[in-house]
Amino acid sequence: MKLKSAIAASTALTLVVSGAAFAESHGNMADSMVLVSWGGAYQTSQQKAYVEPYLAANEGVTATWDESSNEAVAKLRAMNEAGNVTWDLVDVVASDAIRLCDEGLAMEYDPDELLLDAPDGTKASEDFGDLIVSDCYIPQIVYSTTFGYRTDMVGDTPPTTVCDVFDTETYPGKRSLEKRPINNMEWALICDGVADEDVYDVLETEEGQARAFAKLDTIKDDVIWWSAGADTPQLLADGEVVMGSTYNGRLFSLIEEQDQPVAMLWDAQVFDLDGWIIPAGLPEDRLARVIDFVKFATDTQRLADQAKYISYGPARKSSAPLVGQHAELGIDMAPHMPTDPANAKHTFLYNYEWWADYRDDLDGKFQAWLAQ
Amino acid sequence: MSEATDTSGPVLAADGTPLKRSLARALRRQKLRALGLVAPLLLFVLVTFIAPIADMLFRSVENDIVADTLPRTVVALKDWRYDGGEIPDEPVFAALYADLAVAVEKKEHTRLGSRLNYETTGTSSLFRKTGRRVDDIGEHFQDQLEGLDDAWKNPETIAAIFAADPTAERYRPRDGVAAMLPRASAAYAKFAAFTESEGDVAAEEKPWELIYAELYADLTAGQGAPYEGPEAALVRAAVAAVPGFEPLSFKEAFIEVDDGWESVEIWGTIKAYSPRYTPGYFLNAVDMQLTPEGIERQDEGQRIYGLLFKRTLFMSLAITISCILLAYPVAWILANLPMRTANLLMILVLLPFWTSLLVRTSAWKVLLQQQGVINDIIVWLGLGKFMVWVENAWNWFGTTVGFIDPAMLVDFASNEGRLTMINNQFGTIVAMTHILLPFMILPMYSVMQTIPPTYMRAAKSLGATNWTAFWRVYFPQSVPGIGAGSILVFILAIGYYITPELVGGTTGTFISNRIAYHISSSLNWGLAAALGAILLAAVLLLYWAYDKIVGIDNVKLG
Repeated sequence: MKLKSAIAASTALTLVVSGAAFAESHGNMADSMVLVSWGGAYQTSQQKAYVEPYLAANEGVTATWDESSNEAVAKLRAMNEAGNVTWDLVDVVASDAIRLCDEGLAMEYDPDELLLDAPDGTKASEDFGDLIVSDCYIPQIVYSTTFGYRTDMVGDTPPTTVCDVFDTETYPGKRSLEKRPINNMEWALICDGVADEDVYDVLETEEGQARAFAKLDTIKDDVIWWSAGADTPQLLADGEVVMGSTYNGRLFSLIEEQDQPVAMLWDAQVFDLDGWIIPAGLPEDRLARVIDFVKFATDTQRLADQAKYISYGPARKSSAPLVGQHAELGIDMAPHMPTDPANAKHTFLYNYEWWADYRDDLDGKFQAWLAQ
Repeated sequence: MSEATDTSGPVLAADGTPLKRSLARALRRQKLRALGLVAPLLLFVLVTFIAPIADMLFRSVENDIVADTLPRTVVALKDWRYDGGEIPDEPVFAALYADLAVAVEKKEHTRLGSRLNYETTGTSSLFRKTGRRVDDIGEHFQDQLEGLDDAWKNPETIAAIFAADPTAERYRPRDGVAAMLPRASAAYAKFAAFTESEGDVAAEEKPWELIYAELYADLTAGQGAPYEGPEAALVRAAVAAVPGFEPLSFKEAFIEVDDGWESVEIWGTIKAYSPRYTPGYFLNAVDMQLTPEGIERQDEGQRIYGLLFKRTLFMSLAITISCILLAYPVAWILANLPMRTANLLMILVLLPFWTSLLVRTSAWKVLLQQQGVINDIIVWLGLGKFMVWVENAWNWFGTTVGFIDPAMLVDFASNEGRLTMINNQFGTIVAMTHILLPFMILPMYSVMQTIPPTYMRAAKSLGATNWTAFWRVYFPQSVPGIGAGSILVFILAIGYYITPELVGGTTGTFISNRIAYHISSSLNWGLAAALGAILLAAVLLLYWAYDKIVGIDNVKLG
């Protein structure tokens, strides 16, 4: 009897001691994280640029990827309703971040408190600047949706402006556009003679919308509509389309890594953002771990490192000068960035707030237009 | 024997109880045991299948969000009428402020904004923008009270007024304060409940601006009993001072924040969607709309669901028919070959089952696209013209049967007579027929296997031709297989969305693609649920019709 209780006591003691040691060494941080991203080359760039270095610096911590960013908003909402959020950090585009913040599913944060300052002491809120488009959003990269064209299918006069997409006489053949109104409506209006800064004012009116649809009508029969980012690169590689819109990183990999006869048409590229959100209501230990990771993953050097693996521009101003060469190809990455001055001669700013309002309405109209 | 029992009372079992009761007991025991045996499965199905579906379908009418987020506004709006053409008056705006101030703290206002944005464009940003500045409205009163006495800045002072024990971890209202300061104490109770839900103590947190606004309202109205209790001097000084406060029109304040509040449309929408149950989602699902003026048809340019439902049904039917045509001979051969050869061929039928759906769909892309394998062969063989003829025939068939709109004939023979076979209805039907074919072959095969070959021989020996023997003897016996296969294929086809999304282009998408969009992108789960409910109803209706016409007993899966 005595022996038994002695054993019990010593076991309890060991548990307490080891528990305390555990808590001390990890500073009350969870030792695993579930990161949500897009899979593919983009996730690889995140893995190489900051997840692997972070894990190397923090022994015993594990990170698991969940490639669900595409359905992140819906899944997070479902998790929230079920009261069991299993994700710790979620990579989403800006419009989804706004949506998640609106729904109360993402945590609001203070940039200067949560994120590190730039090496020169610039506050994080200034270093990221306007790119923090929502109180919940921690931007990582700037990407753009732009056009690529087959150099062997356009003759001697390659397209120079986005309006060449609407010119089926000079450039016959199919073109691929995304199967949603966002970006397409803007391009249609720009090519119908609307000045960039007036686009959203015009698009707000019924006549403006009709005008955009009328412009799109002129190429409707020549369009293959895509819904996955990999579609356009495949269509271009197969020669199915003469030109098509997609994310600039996909085109970079098609041109530089796969060596296809394709060139970039940077005109009227539409900038968009990709970044993290922290799900609302995480338990304290998991939140502490995630904050520790995010601090590291969004510092100036790490964001610049990411550009070694993919041609997306770092969201911090202070990272831009640090962008180097591609990790495998050894080519300078700066000229392939959407933000490079040579590429950014004519860019279009995507209005998140406007689309948050008009998305439901215009998407209904767009789908009805497509189906008719 | 029967006479004897009739006269001598009820029949008794061996143990003396009436036979009837004994039998019933035995049966009941048996039934309970049977139920016990199926209970695990029943529970499993109930919990993992029926309950989630019921929950999802319930969302198609549920509309708690407006009444939960804006409880007082909804009540205040009761007497307001949209037809009047004027926006509501001050009391409604005051109620809106009280509701929004709480909703903003709980971060629920933007969710309501996105909900109402499905109905009226612009509501999303209206709520987001207003949420950011709603504090300013309350600060108007807070600043004036604090200007009166710095003590109003102190959370503990406020707690002393409202809480029974300001030092306690959990808030309890002080006796009598609800009678003296009804609105402010209600606001404080909400504040305390929220703070505690966040794991904080109310007496230590900065009180909401709403409490000051409500306090002002209570003090100016002079409601309830004269104030007595802690901080009496402070409150009495405020009572004396409030008539001199600069008043605030909530209406003007809201309109200054965002002139969207001047829109009758917005108010009409809030009122129209304030009941806890709404037909709105179902109306949207049938291209109608619940507007403040009543139920209206959707604008011409926004009607899409009727078209998609029709298309889904017709294309599923076309897929089912092509599956029957292709599967019947295959199943017949499989059933009539020697076992060993049949098993070998069976693997070919089953092989697609073991291949990823995405891979099979992508394979069709490679085959069917303009620069794809089939088109390359056609051009190489110089068969462009013939293919044009085939396409023509397809269009003719499609328009005659009705599943191709005459305005949307398939555009064929681009350069060199290359066919457009993908990103349209044709591609969808081809790919889905291939994917669903095994579901048709398998039930057909198992039914045909049970048909004795001797029947055909007997028919022929009695003088029937090959055709008569098949049509009059073999075919009727194989109908249960066709029935089972058709139900399987049709029901699977009607809910498909990955394949139509990948190869459907614009003319080959199904209603399920829109359901998927509303689930994952627009987050309009109510509309998705309504569309799903209609689809489910359509399937059940078809099932019922099938049962009436063919008889479900005739379906054999093996």
